[in-house]
Amino acid sequence: MSEQNGHWLVSASTIRLLWIAFSIVLAVLVALDAFLVPHPYFGLDGTFGFSAWYGFISCVVLVVLAKVLGMLFKRPDDYYGD
Amino acid sequence: MGIDFAMPPALALIFAGLLLPFLRAEARAALLLLAPALALWLVWLVPDGVALSLPFLGHELAVVNGSKLSRLFGTAFAIMALAGGLFSLNQKNLLELAAAYVYAGSALGVVFAGDLITLFVFWELMAIASTLVLWSNGSKARAAGLRYAIMHLLGGVILMAGIAGEAAMTGSIAFHAMDLSTIPPQFILAGFLINAAATPLSAWLPDAYPQASWSGMVFLSAFTTKTAIYVMMVGFAGAEILVWLGLAMMFYGIIYAILENDMRRILAYSIVNQVGFMVTGIGIGTEMALNGAAAHAFTHIIYKALLLMSAGSVLYMTAKSKCTDLGGLFRTMPVTTICGIVGALSISSFPFTSGFVSKSMILEGAADEHLAVVWYLLMAASAGVFLHAGIKFPWFVFFQKDSGLRPADPPWNMQAGMIIAALLCIGIGVLPAPLYAILPYATSYVPYTLNHVMSQLQLLLFSGLAFFLMLGWLKRTLTITLDTDWLWRKPGSIASLWLIDCFDSGWTWLVKALGSSVQSTVANLRRSHGPLGLFGRTWPTGTMAFWTTVMLAAFLILGMLFHADI
Repeated sequence: MSEQNGHWLVSASTIRLLWIAFSIVLAVLVALDAFLVPHPYFGLDGTFGFSAWYGFISCVVLVVLAKVLGMLFKRPDDYYGD
Repeated sequence: MGIDFAMPPALALIFAGLLLPFLRAEARAALLLLAPALALWLVWLVPDGVALSLPFLGHELAVVNGSKLSRLFGTAFAIMALAGGLFSLNQKNLLELAAAYVYAGSALGVVFAGDLITLFVFWELMAIASTLVLWSNGSKARAAGLRYAIMHLLGGVILMAGIAGEAAMTGSIAFHAMDLSTIPPQFILAGFLINAAATPLSAWLPDAYPQASWSGMVFLSAFTTKTAIYVMMVGFAGAEILVWLGLAMMFYGIIYAILENDMRRILAYSIVNQVGFMVTGIGIGTEMALNGAAAHAFTHIIYKALLLMSAGSVLYMTAKSKCTDLGGLFRTMPVTTICGIVGALSISSFPFTSGFVSKSMILEGAADEHLAVVWYLLMAASAGVFLHAGIKFPWFVFFQKDSGLRPADPPWNMQAGMIIAALLCIGIGVLPAPLYAILPYATSYVPYTLNHVMSQLQLLLFSGLAFFLMLGWLKRTLTITLDTDWLWRKPGSIASLWLIDCFDSGWTWLVKALGSSVQSTVANLRRSHGPLGLFGRTWPTGTMAFWTTVMLAAFLILGMLFHADI
């Protein structure tokens, strides 16, 4: 991904920096949970860092589901002869 | 009664649409902008209750019937037409512009219709006008447009059957909350659901919309599904089946969008996903959930138009729409990129964007009703929205790899349309009070609590983490994913070709069989009665005289034989 034509945004060092910044933001977000008084509606949603792990796992499950569905139902994009 | 009078807001846009093709360029541009503004003004002149009625076949049609909900949708439609009109100023295809304005006007007609017949008339007008928006994009949209038209005409027939049944059973054509215990309202709901792109009949939307032009899809995204949301809010709030249908639509939209390669088809699937949130809100049916569904329809119309304007700008400048062909456009299209990102954040309900203040109310509605399963699924779907639209669309179009394309930002009017929509997305997100004030029910909902903002940020950013960690699995390929439209595009078309074949050979056989018997009859008749036949040929007078003489002689002889005494 960090290929040619030297725009600063796609240089390898910028991308590494972005990853570091992103990781810090994620860590801080979860850490801040310790200072919030949870107002759970149900049960699971009161657990530590609920939205973080729930969001992550939901996305992984969705991508895996899509992958499986794709194996069954993906076709070349000229399938209908368009 | 009779004192309240209001001009139908629909007429402003429908007349403008019919007039547009006959105007010169400058006048046309002025009308494109003035007509939606006039429509917006008319929307706010409509009072509560019936403001215009007409007698028709023994019924009294409530052609204009105002409510908070209809003004809310009317406002969104008029703003949408204004932004879309500005974006389309440089659209040379006059048929598309005319059809788009008639389409937008008909949508206004539906949300102000106080009876089922008026509703039906504008409903069908929408189907026709939107088909023309598709067809105006030339031969490549012809087949998809035909499939779209067939689906909507079928929906119209089902709706009409329901309306006729309702009128026959109750004697009333009033449009109000209906009970699903009898059959006619079930038909009416089915007709509405087809337009809402509810699963399993959602395939028409991603099949047809991406075949429209760069500006056509901006209009198409706004009206059909959202009028369906409006009519279901009026007619079927609290119908439990809608909760589950909505959830199915949400996950269908996410999974198909993840697999999709064409940027506008990604956004088409995400329309189904977003409408799913609204349908679920309607199914929950409490004031909070209905406010949420209405608010979400309002914000969705604007941010979806923004996303499609951004995608339309890319298509207009590069003539490409596949993720595999795109990438790296942020370098030369900064305005389009930033506006696209604002739209993507809004659809993902990022704090301080419009989606955050509207979708939260639907989740709050589910939580208030202690619908645990529904709430957890809504949360999962919210994470999935960021995945399939929030990051995927801007990432694959504007970043990803360097495609080598260096298009500039589009003409000023297209940029202006995007910027206005982007400002609205952020404005509503930062200052939700004006939107909350025009919702159907009074609300004291506060979206910005520390817990809520933190929770949403966690949800979205960790979805982002999942996206980038699983990027290898999300790489785009030159593929489509089979949907339910496969049923009528493959086996369906084979079956219909076979039927045509059967009919054809049956007809040929019938014609041949009938033909040979007719021919033999004709030949027989010709033999006896033809010009040379015994009974047909001309006889000379002499022959007749001879035969007369023979017969008289025979008579004389017979008489003499049997009555010799005469």
